Amino acid sequence: MSYEFLLSSAIGVLVAAGIFLALRARTFQVVLGLTLFSYAVNLFLFASGRLVLNRPPIWDKAISEYADPLPQALVLTAIVITFGMTAFVVILALRSFLETGSDHVDGDNVPCDGDDSDMGKGE
Amino acid sequence: MSVLDHLPVMPVVIPALAAPLTLLLMRRHPGWAIAIAGVSCLAMLAIALTLLGRAGEGIVHVYELGDWSAPFGIVLVADRLSAIMLVLAASLALIALLHAVLTGVDRKGWHFHPLFQFQLMGLNGAFLTGDLFNLFVFFEVLLIASYGLLLHGQGPARLKAGVQYVVVNLVGSSLFLVALGLLYALTGTLNMADMGMRIADVAPADQGLLRIAALLLASVFAIKAAVVPLHLWLPRTYDVATPAVAGLFAIMTKVGVYSLIRVVPQVFGEGAGAAAWAPEPFLWPAALVTTAVGFAGVFVARTLSEQAAYAIIGSTGTLLIAVAGWQPETLGAALYYLVHSTIAGAALFLVSDVVARRRAGFSDNISSGTDFADRQVVGLMFMAVAIAVTGLPPLSGFIGKLLILKSVTVLPDWGWAWGVILVTTLIGVIGFARAGSAVFWKVAESDGEGEAECRGTPESAPRADLAAPIIALALLAALSAGAGWATAYGDNAAAQVLDRATNARAVLGEGAP
Repeated sequence: MSYEFLLSSAIGVLVAAGIFLALRARTFQVVLGLTLFSYAVNLFLFASGRLVLNRPPIWDKAISEYADPLPQALVLTAIVITFGMTAFVVILALRSFLETGSDHVDGDNVPCDGDDSDMGKGE
Repeated sequence: MSVLDHLPVMPVVIPALAAPLTLLLMRRHPGWAIAIAGVSCLAMLAIALTLLGRAGEGIVHVYELGDWSAPFGIVLVADRLSAIMLVLAASLALIALLHAVLTGVDRKGWHFHPLFQFQLMGLNGAFLTGDLFNLFVFFEVLLIASYGLLLHGQGPARLKAGVQYVVVNLVGSSLFLVALGLLYALTGTLNMADMGMRIADVAPADQGLLRIAALLLASVFAIKAAVVPLHLWLPRTYDVATPAVAGLFAIMTKVGVYSLIRVVPQVFGEGAGAAAWAPEPFLWPAALVTTAVGFAGVFVARTLSEQAAYAIIGSTGTLLIAVAGWQPETLGAALYYLVHSTIAGAALFLVSDVVARRRAGFSDNISSGTDFADRQVVGLMFMAVAIAVTGLPPLSGFIGKLLILKSVTVLPDWGWAWGVILVTTLIGVIGFARAGSAVFWKVAESDGEGEAECRGTPESAPRADLAAPIIALALLAALSAGAGWATAYGDNAAAQVLDRATNARAVLGEGAP
């Protein structure tokens, strides 16, 4: 199986799982979904420099075949930003749960203190 | 290099320096921190005005960060459009900051001023950058700051709205990255000017991907601009935000509009293959529906701040009707209306705050309540702002809408635009008249409960909170009085934005095609 197929299917599965979870009603699942989605995006950005094997970075003008360094820099930036954002949204979700007593994204006052019995409702 | 050569980077550097200073000083010397925040905003305004003057002479000021030349390094580009947005951001920041300081909300938490400065850094950077990935980074800077500002003052309502706002924007950021990845893979560059030149060479087999990238990017900007059906995050967020913050947020939807105006003609203009003007067929109907939804919201809103939030959606829709034509005439009119609608939207939030502060128990609910201090003055201010927002004479909203109505006649479907704009204006007028008469005229006779609340209200409230909305109104009046100059500048800016080849030569040097 080719690397292209492996990578693209991995991105596809991550995006599908991420979108599914991001559409759930509870903040924890939404955060997990966003995290999976951002993994997929990072892999996708990485692949935008094309998949190449065993190529060196540019370090000498004599090298004609090299790995594109820019997507790596972009991915690094994207990882740092999404990492910070995820940390923030986790804290925000926690504060929201502690202050409102509900971890539903739409803010309905459904009591849910460790009880998952209302999971099936409306989903 | 003289100091003038470094001007374009200043609007990013100044708030970046001011933010940590205010963070350090806020706890022990709040007076100093507020002074630094004020000086920073004033300095930004001065620099923005200087850039406005220089750009007005037709100079496209290109600043190469680290002296790396254009397609390889990151450039800041200060042309007419950027200068307009910088002046607008700095003016709005001063008004919002003044209101926050005078009403004391900046001292409800420790981090108002640093977040405010970082928000401005993100805004200014987004308006200046000539690089798409850098645009993403500045979007993130302004978003992170806006998350903090939105939550300023705390409370369950803000936390709930905050979760939704953050989640929507995280999804938007991810889509932005996907679009950037596609565009980089197809064109091999992230510099907007360079991408605009190279996009014509994309292989025929990749045209589908190119179109997807263009539409994804436009969708991301549409999320920021709160275009229907991507507007659902806005009303609740702006409604619960601290009013001074909501005033500053009035420019956030315009960041999305600005990005569309900047990126679409530059990158997805003529000769971009399948992506040429790709967002147009979707943007035009979406703008019409956005206008209708926004003003319908104005009609049915329950509080003044909710009404202001819907007014922001409606005015952004009206703005996009003009933008979606992509003609020099319509873009010129759009730029004038953009400046007007931002200031008017902010003024509406500030006035709703002034009302809420005086009505104690009734807050800014659109319902008849008891008498409150300065009812006549505040009522007049509300009327003036409502006139500006809906676009009645004599304020600049009338001129802006007139220009848009006149300019869209060059488009084939202009009848729709006329119908929607005129009908929504009427709905807006009725909505504001209803709200104004309920809040300011139908003052109930004091009975048991109402009286208790009335007694809680200080009869002579401090009037300092009237200052910021009055300054905003004065700006609108100035914009009406100086309409000739402002529209001429807007038309020139529109022509400059649409002139892709000249922009590319300015950024990439004379060697570019």
